[in-house]
Amino acid sequence: MTFTREKDFGTPAKHGETVSLTIDGQPVSVPAGTSIMRAAAMVDTAIPKLCATDSLESFGSCRLCLVEIEGRKGYPASCTTPVAPEMVVRTETDKLRKLRRGVMELYISDHPLDCLTCSANGDCELQDQAGAVGLRDVRFGYEGANHLEGCKDESNPYFTFDPAKCIVCSRCVRACDDVQGTLALTVDGRGFASKIAASQGEDFLSSECVSCGACVQACPTSALIENTVIDKGTPDKSVVTTCAYCGVGCTFRAEMRGEDLVRMVPWKEGKANHGHSCVKGRFAWGYAQHRDRILNPMVRTSVDEPWREVSWEEAITHVASEFRRIQSSYGTRAIGGITSSRCTNEETFLVQKLIRQGFGNNNVDTCARVCHSPTGYGLKTTFGTSAGTQDFDSVEQADVILVIGANPTDGHPVFASRMKRRLREGARLIVVDPRRIDLVRSPHIEAAYHLPLQPGTNVALLTAMAHVIVTEGLVDEAYVRERCDGEAYAEWAAFVSEPARSPEAIEELTGVPAADLRAAARLYATGGNGAIYYGLGVTEHSQGSSTVMAIANLAMATGNVGKPGTGVNPLRGQNNVQGSCDMGSFPHELPGYRHVSDNATRALFEADWGVTLDAQPGLRINNMLDAATDGTFKGIFIQGEDILQSDPNTKHVAAGLAAMECVVVQDLFLNETANYAHVFLPGSTFLEKDGTFTNAERRIQMVRKVMEPKNGYADWEVVQLVANAMGLRWTYTHPSQIMDEIARLTPTFAGVSFDVLEERGSVQWPMNAAAPEGTPTMHLDQFVRGKGLFVVTDYVPTDERTGPRFPLLLTTGRILSQYNVGAQTRRTENGAWHAEDRLEIHPHDAENRGIRDGDWVALRSRAGETTLRALITDRVAPGVVYTTFHHPDTQANVITTDFSDWATNCPEYKVTAVQVMPSNGPSDWQTRYREQSDRSRRIATVEPAE
Amino acid sequence: MSDHAMMSTDERLAYMAEHILRNFATRGEDEAIEATAEHIGLYWDPSMKARATAMADEPGVPLSEAARAVFRRLGEEQPLT
Repeated sequence: MTFTREKDFGTPAKHGETVSLTIDGQPVSVPAGTSIMRAAAMVDTAIPKLCATDSLESFGSCRLCLVEIEGRKGYPASCTTPVAPEMVVRTETDKLRKLRRGVMELYISDHPLDCLTCSANGDCELQDQAGAVGLRDVRFGYEGANHLEGCKDESNPYFTFDPAKCIVCSRCVRACDDVQGTLALTVDGRGFASKIAASQGEDFLSSECVSCGACVQACPTSALIENTVIDKGTPDKSVVTTCAYCGVGCTFRAEMRGEDLVRMVPWKEGKANHGHSCVKGRFAWGYAQHRDRILNPMVRTSVDEPWREVSWEEAITHVASEFRRIQSSYGTRAIGGITSSRCTNEETFLVQKLIRQGFGNNNVDTCARVCHSPTGYGLKTTFGTSAGTQDFDSVEQADVILVIGANPTDGHPVFASRMKRRLREGARLIVVDPRRIDLVRSPHIEAAYHLPLQPGTNVALLTAMAHVIVTEGLVDEAYVRERCDGEAYAEWAAFVSEPARSPEAIEELTGVPAADLRAAARLYATGGNGAIYYGLGVTEHSQGSSTVMAIANLAMATGNVGKPGTGVNPLRGQNNVQGSCDMGSFPHELPGYRHVSDNATRALFEADWGVTLDAQPGLRINNMLDAATDGTFKGIFIQGEDILQSDPNTKHVAAGLAAMECVVVQDLFLNETANYAHVFLPGSTFLEKDGTFTNAERRIQMVRKVMEPKNGYADWEVVQLVANAMGLRWTYTHPSQIMDEIARLTPTFAGVSFDVLEERGSVQWPMNAAAPEGTPTMHLDQFVRGKGLFVVTDYVPTDERTGPRFPLLLTTGRILSQYNVGAQTRRTENGAWHAEDRLEIHPHDAENRGIRDGDWVALRSRAGETTLRALITDRVAPGVVYTTFHHPDTQANVITTDFSDWATNCPEYKVTAVQVMPSNGPSDWQTRYREQSDRSRRIATVEPAE
Repeated sequence: MSDHAMMSTDERLAYMAEHILRNFATRGEDEAIEATAEHIGLYWDPSMKARATAMADEPGVPLSEAARAVFRRLGEEQPLT
């Protein structure tokens, strides 16, 4: 590992016919439209620059990159001048040197001369360029008017803005505008008075800044610099790895100083993020070193006892012994496990292998059960495989973007930035969401249609869109005829054409004006490439699977599957939720989405693993909990998931866990589930292990160890210890061997190996003999299942109903700065933006209840009650309230019920009938829970040995 | 319907079956029964299927006739292997 900066070509790459020119005597051939600066950089001629960087279009303000061009007058800026055929360019002449030195003198005359004590010393473009132009003195002196007394803005917990070091090159402003798309920064004032300002001259924390870090990355000086660099110094080595937050799968350079992580810098070559980041991946990695991390295994006989720290050997032996005892007493199927979508593919594969090979059953499930299991069911049924159809780059060719049940700017911010860029370029936007999410109206973006439907009516709305498309003759008949099952289409078309499916017929039900719905359907069907992006607002319903199939129906009917710019794109929640599903984490599927009853597939695994595998599906998480309360399910291994906080109906989860005899939790922290655990095995962070994650676009990317595991073992090693203690004879010495096994047993991964990933950076499955380069766009010539299958999706209302006792509908979601149950982000400075869950309530509903903004309110449902503070906003419609579930003090899932999707049992988080009333403070349940939680977290003090 | 949050496992299994049936209802009762039985065959674990089969002819269990037919069919089916 050594530290080298990523090469900066100055301006973005272009695509076009090749143009040949000469730069400093060297022949160069580049695509038309390329800047002279970039062409020069491509032959390792670095033209001095300050305002240019290759993540931004050229601006031409610093005047440092001047060149001479034969036959042209003057000294044009190389960043803004495109190449031309036969052009002859000179980048170093006496005149150019003199001009550049003069420019640099002006910059330095108004810049602190503190290089030796500056945080960016050695990592500063201004410093480098001063050297490059040969600056030796400043003729103008340093006593004139300057900006050296500007006050630092240290409001943001992650970076500092020092205006004294700002050269007003506008790179930060342009990064915020063009890369992030937030437009939070501006150049305030004119001429000498120009200065960078956040929003309306506010500090960064109070402004609209979303702390994505693009401005910091773009800054050529230390005017904007990470606080960790100020504290620790500049890095001396780096490793490229993949973020462990959301399903976008951004790749970063983990920049280190010794064993200390200094900063995470988005990697320009990353194919998912193209050098961009969000506040979580860029800055919120401090949890990896947090004092709350548990580093030693712990055991206890009863959850009422304090934890007792033990050796790894004792803990592992205890786990194996307990699991075998339980199976001996209660049967083979009395234990099971849950894989983690935060862990690597290799680790997830091993956990399901442990359960299938070692436990001898299929009682394995994963957190996708509670998020995208309907995606698996719906897309496999209609298209033939359980994954999104496109790569992220596809959005650049979309003409109409339909976002349903997703909030990309909060949940998938880096992809949202790319989507916003496409929208600024002119793509049209349809948003289907009960809430007015930010995308509906934000700087330079306005949805053509926002359809604010009543929670729980997705299927009715999508079927009405289909009604419009079919009855108005907007179906792509040639596509349907060639690509889809004709009989199924005919049945579906007849169904959706019935008057009862029309927008007018369902207007009262959905609350969406029929005219808007008709217009949105017409736009999607006729507006060019139509791309659908969806999230948990689609899947987490009692008809989640039906909604996914209704989306697939729309896409097939309009010919919007199988080419760039279109498709059905689930925005996956966790970093490796796609991978955990791919790896066989569902109780009915072996890796590669093959049913456990398939004899040929089972035979393949049986031959490799040397055991007979169970041909019957195992228990889903909620069924495991039911079986536990019934006394037939007694032990569970939970890796990296906090089901007590994340799963619905907390009391049901708690009762199930409490009924088990051996609950083993492996995690970084004593999470809420660990309150009910008998064994705690410390986990390792993504910084401490090798492996792969698979993102929402099926892209498999390397996770690389940048430091040794603080707990002693990577998670895959811990699983291997458990497996071998249970009598299996695993001999993996590196995760690459696990991937080799995955490739050997899984046709869609047949061409994947660590060597291939090292060589190519990343690949998208399927990758095999039929697709040797991987598969950016699926279903190109035909669907995986052959003919695309239209499925009739009748609207079946949820059984969760409002009424006099519970008149409001609660829907839950997440916020940009926090992640899922908050185990990671709550242990960072991200609390500066979101320190507690709040209940969003419409002013009308608040007024009726005498609730003021910030008041404590009691939130009650049929399942339970909690309290939290109110946030009054018209972002939610009257009758609808919304909250996040990031904080265990709130425990929003005490409220949610265990109604679930009919096909997959994915919980119906998005529809809970509730009442909201003023409150004085925590509910009795919250108080009791806090006491129990504190008691459960006690760790016995061990007397030192004599 | 009883309070969903307080359901016993048998009640929950019955509810799940009825829920699946409702989502296949447009196919007509016979096909819906067949599709539901097939779905349960693919996704429920053996203990759930066994409980469902046991409920099929229990007079005290509040089940629709269609759900009873589904559960009877589970009992008639050969194991997956």
